[in-house]
Amino acid sequence: MRRGPDYLAHAVLTLGGAIFVLPIWIAFAAATQQAGAINRGDVSLLPRLSGLRTFVDVLGFGPAASGGTPIGHMLLVSFAMATAIALGKIAISALSAFAIVFFRFPGRKIAFWMILITLMLPVEVRIIPTYAVMSDFHLINSFTGLTMPLIASATATLLFRQVFLAIPDEMVEAAKLDGAGPMRFFIDMVLPVSAANLAALFVILFVYGWNQYLWPLLAVTNGHLVPIVLGIARMITTDQLTAWNLVMAATIWAILPPVAVVLLMQRWFVRGLTEADK
Amino acid sequence: MARLELQGLSKSFGATPVLHGIDLVLADGEMVVIVGASGCGKSTLLRLVAGLEVPSTGRVLLDGADITHADPSRRDIAMVFQNYALYPHMSVFGNMAYGLKLRGLPKAEIARRVDEAAATLGLGALLGRKPRQLSGGQRQRVAMGRAIVREPKLFLFDEPLSNLDAKLRVQVRADIRKLQRRLGVTSLYVTHDQIEAMTLADRLVVMHQGRAAQIAAPVEVFERPVNTYVASFIGDPAMNFCPARLTSGGMAAALDAGGRVDFTDGRRDAPDGARLLIGIRPQHAVLAGEGIDLVVDLIEPLGSETLIHGHLTDGTAFAVRVAGSPGAVPDGAHLRVALPGEQVHVFDAASGDRLDPVG
Repeated sequence: MRRGPDYLAHAVLTLGGAIFVLPIWIAFAAATQQAGAINRGDVSLLPRLSGLRTFVDVLGFGPAASGGTPIGHMLLVSFAMATAIALGKIAISALSAFAIVFFRFPGRKIAFWMILITLMLPVEVRIIPTYAVMSDFHLINSFTGLTMPLIASATATLLFRQVFLAIPDEMVEAAKLDGAGPMRFFIDMVLPVSAANLAALFVILFVYGWNQYLWPLLAVTNGHLVPIVLGIARMITTDQLTAWNLVMAATIWAILPPVAVVLLMQRWFVRGLTEADK
Repeated sequence: MARLELQGLSKSFGATPVLHGIDLVLADGEMVVIVGASGCGKSTLLRLVAGLEVPSTGRVLLDGADITHADPSRRDIAMVFQNYALYPHMSVFGNMAYGLKLRGLPKAEIARRVDEAAATLGLGALLGRKPRQLSGGQRQRVAMGRAIVREPKLFLFDEPLSNLDAKLRVQVRADIRKLQRRLGVTSLYVTHDQIEAMTLADRLVVMHQGRAAQIAAPVEVFERPVNTYVASFIGDPAMNFCPARLTSGGMAAALDAGGRVDFTDGRRDAPDGARLLIGIRPQHAVLAGEGIDLVVDLIEPLGSETLIHGHLTDGTAFAVRVAGSPGAVPDGAHLRVALPGEQVHVFDAASGDRLDPVG
């Protein structure tokens, strides 16, 4: 049965899309205006073409509040931080889930529950002891100190556990007969079979890492390690001097990498999902 | 050239014994089929040989070498799994080559072996495909191929046909047998399907509750089952058992349902009056003018033959298989059935063991 286009549904979807896109559009348009105009509350929804240069200029702009580190550098810091957090979390989660699912060792249940409990302890809750530990290790103001506390968590372990449990016993046994040791099995079988989940998880964790604010706020005082989210926040001052056009341009730049990762990886994990056959 | 020897192999999971001491020797090139109902321990036995479980007691010897505790990959055996256990992310070639790659064989040698196995199994055109692009029968052949390329001393089959449809099963069954004969590899094959067991086996192991009830050639198992369990398990439709009493100095049995069976093969060594079970297969019972009374419950026409289900006057269920069609027989009709003495099996009613003639 063929029906005509569902106009109501399209109207609702268009409206919903517009609601989500509007703030981004305002930021984009505002970036091209003059700072003074924005401060007066005089934001045009039409971008000023002559203001497009702001997007290039802002990369080299180093706000004083972050020790003059240019925005472009902050973007690189954020990218490195988000990538490290995503990969680090995937690595330890996949390995710990591998141990819990495929090995029978004393204390297996306890280990699993301890990992599970860390779910209730996100960085925000354990921030003071975490800071103390990092400080004792002299890791404040280091890339390690910035990323490691955010890597240590159980979110992905649980997900991997479910994925690994779906791998049939016979496949494990067939690999054993083929002579695959545990790590060979992990690399040759477990990881490829879970590729779709790895991709999906990378996207989620990359965005999670990119959006981190509170921990970098504490762990970083050195300008060279300021991630973009923190940098933007520091650009906003309470007085009339905030260069809103630069803030908006930096914001647009800060949105792009997570969006790019989602779009690029989307093709990956959709392909992975349609090929899923265990 | 491989000879597999199982010595007093037993296995318990916690406090639950699953296998109670299995002794079995497979001669070189022999195909032994282990058959039994689910839960009889047949799969466990296979897994002990494969090294996927460690026996509680006993030893596994392959060509005289004790491999009881050897790593599965070092046993020189290959196994075909029930659900094939193919690696979903690898091509057919990758699936077959994986084990060889891990053994560090040179690339050319791997390619040669895989091509050879693929040619044998008719998989040549499919080497680049992934398992999900294959039909059930093709996957089964890939699983076989993966076993063949290893050129093992011993094949283990864990119900490899149970995921195939009935028609394909008959064909693959014959293929497996031909292949095994040609390669001459000693094989241990587990199934719950008695037809598979009868057709494939050089020798049959009928397992029951963790014990080998009978180890013999298929025909021997069929013609001389050692107890009522084996007798009822092997043969389709299942054997009839009529309660009876030994009489005439051990030369005959008086059936509870009336009538008498004279033993043609000799005297049974038990006191007169001993309780017996007289077994007779449905195809050996004869509809005749004289004999014991059979009340018909159900007629099943199978085309070339007909199965008549009924019961004797003492309530014992009894089936008869006759050639062709017996014509219209209404349910509840009374027929006469004779039990030829040369076709009956005599079992002790209490133990279920076969009673053979003495002297």
